[in-house]
Amino acid sequence: VFLSVTVMSFLLLQNNAIKTSKYNIFTFLPLNLFEQFRRLANAYFLFLFILQLIPQISSLSWFTTAVPLILVLSITAVKDASDDIADLLLLSSSEPLNLVYVETAELDGETNLKVKQALTVTGDMASQQPSGQVQGTLTVNGQTYALDNDKVLLRGCTLRNTEWCFGLVIFGGPDTKLMQNSGKTTFKRTSIDHLMNVLVLCIFGFLASMCTVMAISNAIWEVREGSVFTAFLPREPGVDAALSSFLSFWSYVIVLNTVVPISLYVSVEIIRLGNSFYIDWDRKMYYPKNDTPAQARTTTLNEELGQIKYIFSDKTGTLTQNIMTFNRCSINGKGYGELFDFSGQRNTDKVDFLWNHLADPKFIFHDHSLVETVRAGNPEAQAFFRLLALCHTVMPEEKKEGELNYQAQSPDEGALVTAARNFGFVFRSRTPETITVVEMGKQVTYELLAVLDFNNVRKRMSVIGERNPEGKLTLYCKGADTIIYERLHPSCNKLMKVTTDHLNVRDYAGDGLRTLVLAYKDLDEDYMDDWKKRHHEASTAMDGREERLDELYEEIEKDLQLLGATAVEDKLQDGVPQTIEQLAKADIKIWVLTGDKQETAENIGYSCNMLREEMKDVFIVAANTAEGAFALEKDLQLELLRTACMCQTVICCRVTPLQKAQVVQLVKRYKQAVTLAIGDGANDVSMIKAAHIGVGISGQEGMQAVLSSDFSFAQFRYLQRLLLVHGRWSYLRMCKFLRYFFYKNFTFTFVHFWYAFFCGFSAQTVYDEWFITLYNLVYTALPVLGMSLFDQDVNDRWSFQYPQLYSPGQLNLYFNKKAFVRCMMHSCYSSLILFFIPWAAMYDTVRDDGKDIADYQSFALLAQTCLLVVVNIQLCLDTHYWTAVNQFFVWGSLAAYFAITFTMYSNGMFLIFTSAFPFIGTARNSLNQPNVWLTIFLTSLLCTLPVVAFRFILIQLWPTINDKMRHKVRKEALPAPAPRRLPTRRISTRRSGYAFSHSQGYGDLVTSRRFLLKKPLKSRLALFTQTDSPLAENQPQHYRTIAEEPEEAQSP
Amino acid sequence: MGKEKAKSGSLARRPDNSAFKQQRLPAWSPMLTANTVLPFFYFMSLICMLLGVWLLLTVQSTQEIKVDYTHAGECNVCFEIRKNMSNAGESCICTVEFSIEKPFKGDVFFYYGLQNFHQNLRRYMDSRDDAQMVGWKENLKNPSIYCEPFKKDQNGLPIAPCGAVANSIFNDSFTLTYIDSSGTEHKVPLLRRGITWYTDKNVKFRNPKVDNLTLAQVFEGTTKPLYWQKPVYELDPHQATNNGFINDDLIVWMREAAFPNFKKLYGILYRANKPFTKGLPAGNYKIEISYNFPVQYFRGRKQVVLTTLTWFGGQNHFLPIAYLVTSSLILLIAVVLTVVWLKFGKNGKNMEE
Repeated sequence: VFLSVTVMSFLLLQNNAIKTSKYNIFTFLPLNLFEQFRRLANAYFLFLFILQLIPQISSLSWFTTAVPLILVLSITAVKDASDDIADLLLLSSSEPLNLVYVETAELDGETNLKVKQALTVTGDMASQQPSGQVQGTLTVNGQTYALDNDKVLLRGCTLRNTEWCFGLVIFGGPDTKLMQNSGKTTFKRTSIDHLMNVLVLCIFGFLASMCTVMAISNAIWEVREGSVFTAFLPREPGVDAALSSFLSFWSYVIVLNTVVPISLYVSVEIIRLGNSFYIDWDRKMYYPKNDTPAQARTTTLNEELGQIKYIFSDKTGTLTQNIMTFNRCSINGKGYGELFDFSGQRNTDKVDFLWNHLADPKFIFHDHSLVETVRAGNPEAQAFFRLLALCHTVMPEEKKEGELNYQAQSPDEGALVTAARNFGFVFRSRTPETITVVEMGKQVTYELLAVLDFNNVRKRMSVIGERNPEGKLTLYCKGADTIIYERLHPSCNKLMKVTTDHLNVRDYAGDGLRTLVLAYKDLDEDYMDDWKKRHHEASTAMDGREERLDELYEEIEKDLQLLGATAVEDKLQDGVPQTIEQLAKADIKIWVLTGDKQETAENIGYSCNMLREEMKDVFIVAANTAEGAFALEKDLQLELLRTACMCQTVICCRVTPLQKAQVVQLVKRYKQAVTLAIGDGANDVSMIKAAHIGVGISGQEGMQAVLSSDFSFAQFRYLQRLLLVHGRWSYLRMCKFLRYFFYKNFTFTFVHFWYAFFCGFSAQTVYDEWFITLYNLVYTALPVLGMSLFDQDVNDRWSFQYPQLYSPGQLNLYFNKKAFVRCMMHSCYSSLILFFIPWAAMYDTVRDDGKDIADYQSFALLAQTCLLVVVNIQLCLDTHYWTAVNQFFVWGSLAAYFAITFTMYSNGMFLIFTSAFPFIGTARNSLNQPNVWLTIFLTSLLCTLPVVAFRFILIQLWPTINDKMRHKVRKEALPAPAPRRLPTRRISTRRSGYAFSHSQGYGDLVTSRRFLLKKPLKSRLALFTQTDSPLAENQPQHYRTIAEEPEEAQSP
Repeated sequence: MGKEKAKSGSLARRPDNSAFKQQRLPAWSPMLTANTVLPFFYFMSLICMLLGVWLLLTVQSTQEIKVDYTHAGECNVCFEIRKNMSNAGESCICTVEFSIEKPFKGDVFFYYGLQNFHQNLRRYMDSRDDAQMVGWKENLKNPSIYCEPFKKDQNGLPIAPCGAVANSIFNDSFTLTYIDSSGTEHKVPLLRRGITWYTDKNVKFRNPKVDNLTLAQVFEGTTKPLYWQKPVYELDPHQATNNGFINDDLIVWMREAAFPNFKKLYGILYRANKPFTKGLPAGNYKIEISYNFPVQYFRGRKQVVLTTLTWFGGQNHFLPIAYLVTSSLILLIAVVLTVVWLKFGKNGKNMEE
């Protein structure tokens, strides 16, 4: 793509009102039609329509194909009529330095502001193909400037605190990043779709062979019979038997085309849409706390929800709430915060923090002794909370006096700082050099001398603060237990033991708590001056900066004094263990893919019932190790997969988003199973897109996962309802629909085939043309839709009670090639009955007054009535759940058939549209004959009873799981909802729960002046600079632990 | 309205708690159980048997005789004459004799039957113009394109009625004579009208109407179909109102048969006078046939059918026999199902998980 500056259009972006839509009023119709006919199915029907316009071939009137085609095209056209907005290259804005503040809540749900800066030069611009990453160059006077996401405003952003800006449209319409990123999900196809495509191809082959048989037969007939009949029906000039046979081939293509009816595709979409609405409407998947209903974002994948074999779940935010609560602590060898007192009673009364007017009212703690200890002035306890109030990278926000809000980049930190706040050490404000803390009501300012930032190797973080005005220098450090223990002063050995006991025996980690150990060290001023100098040198060094800094940190962080340990609970979402148990019963394999560390992941595995103590061997695939990453390479893929599939539970930890997607694709490719990925964060996007079905948890982590997902809801536990109820029903309904639909159309079509042997293979239809037109659109449309929208084998309660009902979907039992062949054979039988019984009953018969009834029109009416009655009875046999709507549709359709038939065969219609309705009087003259009704009754019996008998025998001899359940339902009352089991307390083996869910780099941030120069914005703080939305970059979001390595993965 | 107000606020997006949206619509869930299926099968078997027996008795009470005259007796001569197209104008009359063992009681219907005549070929069936035959004037002079090649004659005159169907009308005519035991011949009177559907005669077929003009004048500017001897307005010399498009024979012919073997009503016995007041007496009959319709081209056959009718129609044994066969099949299935149920299904073992 090359855009010249001369075509640069300066556009006012205040409300993003830029329209680069694909269509306008005049081009919409032709362009849209062209687009639509590029779809194979539509092109096929257009081709049929054109065939019908050739008089020698036309075996049906033009409207039999035109009416459905027009209907389908107009439905699709309405869907397509939408506008697009473009991506802009930022040129200049109203703010100093050409900065622009944007909010991307619509894109990713993040509410913090992001800063964009414009280039100060203009020139020729070259950009690569729209691919999701904006990269390009701007050439001015031969000098090249790089363009990156910093300088681009994406479609979907909203300007904030900026009056205006100019931009250059670089990508428009479907090329915008939003569309590029979201577009991939729309091409997901279900396995039923793939099967349907194969079947449709087979049907085309079958159609061709039927037509060939007809054409050959026609040639033979023309030679033997047609040639001597020419006295009454002369051939058209130039037509001999061979040509006639050729024409007859195409004529039969038209007559028999109903084996692939266009309404199939429309109906399938309608059913999926309907079943998606049920998901949107489900109250049991609505989360009242944040007013979030479940949402089916992709409406074309429903039935696949009933076939899931593997679930890939993210951990944080999905299994866990990503809400950290400060639960317990150990201070100077004394433990606080036990939920159960000595008698085993649950401690329920909350600690009252009213004495502290700056306390966070939402903070809940149950142990009164801690407050008392702190208020009593215990120096260790105070030091403990002082450390928590100082050693962090949280940003405070105080809009109104006393109303503090913390912006923490990891929820752990937020929880710890909030705890300190409530216990009287309120972190109030920060500048690059100072931290102001209200200590037990007294304001104290600390000089911030250095921040020794966290990274994944150090696994700790320290700050060096100087208490004003005393000038006491202290290093405060918090970090993983093993790391801190190595750096403790030997004098702390005893305390260390006690604290370790707390961590072990009190089982902080075993409960899924995240633990941190706190330590401090008083520093000597001279030493500090020296260290600071060296630190400055190191941090400005050109080479080896990292190593030199690390050395310095290592040097100062030793001989620490232990203060205690904190335990923050990583709360599981409600009902996670139960849901996992249910899904396991449904024979769904759950793999947890997490960016977290092995210990954390393992803990969560235990706490949500995936891992149990009795499981002896736990393999952990750690993807950050060389082997793990390597295992995803070609050679070892299969080995990994084989091992993993032998396991009951698979947890992959430390996986990058790319690796998540790779794992999903690995299973997809080699297991031929339907996969579902569920996650809530930006790092799950690639996995969500890679899986057959992506589910987004609309939690607190922004909206990227939801935006790229196919289904979204607020709680993990809704997954079981989505799969076991909605998915199962959708699959059941879709399969029933397909089986019935193919049955009714094959039956319909095969009757033409048999009739051909009586009409000289002349492509004469058995039915009235209007019946052919309306059969799929009107007469049989609603009953089958009713069945496919309302049918249930057993209700939702039973579906939960017996998760094994889910397994037929996984095994693809309801609709497959075998079932299709059975459908065809059944149709074949029915069509034989439907043609030959009326034929034998009618060919030599007259009315009771001696007049004609074996005429073509009467026979057509009889055949079509028989057909309609039989397919309706078949539908009744297939329907398991008769609501009033079903009754109405079935009886209504039959009534409509007779009403429409009598209307179309009435005098008035004939006299107005003489040539269109030649069947005048047929209904009146033949439907009053008893032998017509006796024939209808006999055909119905012969078509239906074998089916009933066959099904009855199957139920008696080889009942399916559904039959068994339905049998049970008849005998038993509705089961009571399963009692909510309290999670059993886990045995306390030590599983270190270290987790420090930081990403590195925030230490620099809080000490740099960049973001604190500007006065705080009205509503939000532009603290966490992001050069672009994670949606665009597919970058790990903050608040999360994910891989260290840069994300190179666009979803593949 | 109150409900909507209650919905605002923090639960604004909460879905409605309606039975439809929550998929809790009250429903009836029938199942194929022994209690319903087995009685149903026995019952259906019984119904079919009763119907079969009743229908069989009904059909047995009718009488029917079919006389194939394609080249029977002296008709063979006519058959040979018709073989040659050039003799089309030449008339040929032949007689066929037959006898009736038992008297035909009640109304007796006289049909002509054709075999292997494909009235149901697509191009044949399309080759007609309903608009012309319902009397639309524009179509009278300008018939539909579908009538090709019988739309206009060589002189360009429009054909009325146009099309292959009308052109190929069956044009044999019959005179049935009863020879009583004394050898006296009685001409059997046949009603040649009232043999069409009411709707055909009154709605579907109408003559074009122009005030103060005779039928012949109305049809001026059109020509008769190629194979016809008389124009359409002179089809019935005896009854002026039975001419034009509303001629009964034409209407009967225009109702195309569904299958290549068919019979069409020719006349109904007029029972006003003796000896036909009770129907056709037993004895000898002869039919005088004006043999015009050529069938040798398509290896067809022609026949005359005389039959009496019941409420069930003519003598078609298929339905009664089919019902009896179905009845026994259902009974057989019912017994098999019962055995299967008793042996496997009743104890409910298969139903256990």
